[in-house]
Amino acid sequence: MVQVFPYAVGDAMSQTPIYTEYHPRWYRRRTSTYWWLRRPSYLVFILRELSSLFVAWFVVFTLLQIHALKEGPDGYQRFLDWSKSPLVLIGNSIALFFVVFHAFTWFQLAPQAMVVRLRGKRVGAAWIAGANYAAWALASVLVAWIVLRE
Amino acid sequence: MADTITLRVTRYRPERETEPTFQEYQAPCRKDWVVLDALNYIKDKVDGTLSFRWSCRMGICGSCGMTVNGEPKLTCATFLTDYAPGPVRVEPLRNFPIVRDLVIEMSAFMHKLVQVKPWIIRVDEKPLSAGEYLQTPEELDEYKQFSMCINCMLCYSACPVYGLDPHFIGPAAIALAQRYNLDSRDQGARERLDLLSDRTGIWGCTFVGECTKACPKNVDPAAAIQRYKLRAALEWFKSFLMPWGTR
Amino acid sequence: MAKKSMEPFLWTLFSAGGVLAALLIPIHLFLFGLALPLGWLPQPSYEHLFALLRHPVTQVYLFLLCTLALFHAAHRFRYTLYDGLQIKHLNEVINVLCYGGAIVGSVLTIYLLWQVP
Repeated sequence: MVQVFPYAVGDAMSQTPIYTEYHPRWYRRRTSTYWWLRRPSYLVFILRELSSLFVAWFVVFTLLQIHALKEGPDGYQRFLDWSKSPLVLIGNSIALFFVVFHAFTWFQLAPQAMVVRLRGKRVGAAWIAGANYAAWALASVLVAWIVLRE
Repeated sequence: MADTITLRVTRYRPERETEPTFQEYQAPCRKDWVVLDALNYIKDKVDGTLSFRWSCRMGICGSCGMTVNGEPKLTCATFLTDYAPGPVRVEPLRNFPIVRDLVIEMSAFMHKLVQVKPWIIRVDEKPLSAGEYLQTPEELDEYKQFSMCINCMLCYSACPVYGLDPHFIGPAAIALAQRYNLDSRDQGARERLDLLSDRTGIWGCTFVGECTKACPKNVDPAAAIQRYKLRAALEWFKSFLMPWGTR
Repeated sequence: MAKKSMEPFLWTLFSAGGVLAALLIPIHLFLFGLALPLGWLPQPSYEHLFALLRHPVTQVYLFLLCTLALFHAAHRFRYTLYDGLQIKHLNEVINVLCYGGAIVGSVLTIYLLWQVP
């Protein structure tokens, strides 16, 4: 237990020293609700996390698409017309941006999360990232080919 | 180049204020001076009441961590000329309670450090007659990066999750746990996993990555945490599929 | 032994969903959300798309993609609510809403795919 003496400065004589009994009052700064606006990297992080909402939107969109396909050619045509409407187009454009953003940030972080060893030596981060991007390109081409071929 | 620079330093004297304030000082802006030099100049020549921690002044003790212009930095490794003409804002390390001026309260961190058991845990002790534990350079490389931590707590200052939840065990503690988990001499991975698999353990981390950016020793705690998550997930699946193997 | 936490399992779903989402959702959204409605690429016929949908491989693919993406989103959004709005004390409610939503979505996916003749 430390004996604490109030530090009395001339002009502060009138103020009562604000000590708690056994140790000085620590100052605890409460984290603001807008902590994520304080630094650009925090904002980028929150945007990356919010991309999850657009991933969920994609699932909804796909389920609607499956449902429309089941309804026959007319049902699917209605779906196509709906997806052509400006609101849906803009929404999907924004969603596409966020989903691509998710992909880029995911592949950027992947090398940090995985340690891959080839014949005892650690594979460099650039190789892991490169492999991911290559897989992405391959998957995209494959899906596009399957969907678009007649 | 100007030969003085202004420092705006946080002052907090609990005996007469309820909130921190700022005080401005002028310090020489020498080419090879760091922020710590300026603070020591102020304490020696200008205002002896300024309180701050420092020790080795060469980036190995981890004592002098502070927030310089909003970024967590070791003040012994932050050159004044990088901030000329100033003013340079020097605040105590964020996310920690402030005791006085630039001194923060770190016993919570010390407690967390002990919790992760940062020592070699052996299930079976080798007798002295069996000789030393031998380790190849490859085995050393597995954990060497994580052993570079100087406990400066800059990563805690950068971590938003820790800022929101002081119970989060935090980057340095997990990186240190990994340093021992990956050490070939250690047999305590299971013990540490049981502790860290908690909500306040590794699962609180959302891989913001700021800890790695702030680390002055390139420890890369974010990588340690993500690898630990992978390990913990594998252990979880193993315990379901092969329950007899876990004990 | 500490109580078995579900966190490792949920994180695994999040990771798997994240990988699939990163690899596959961009091209899906690009094709069906932009390129085809705007006519940038030749339209596949209804018959072709429907035949694709009926194929068991497509159904498994869509099931995995949708359910894992939903659990990825649920997990990530749950933590965003903790970090962004600091409402960790409501964590039971958040868990139910997030993972419950993902479960509902997954069930819906299975139901829809099951209904395809």
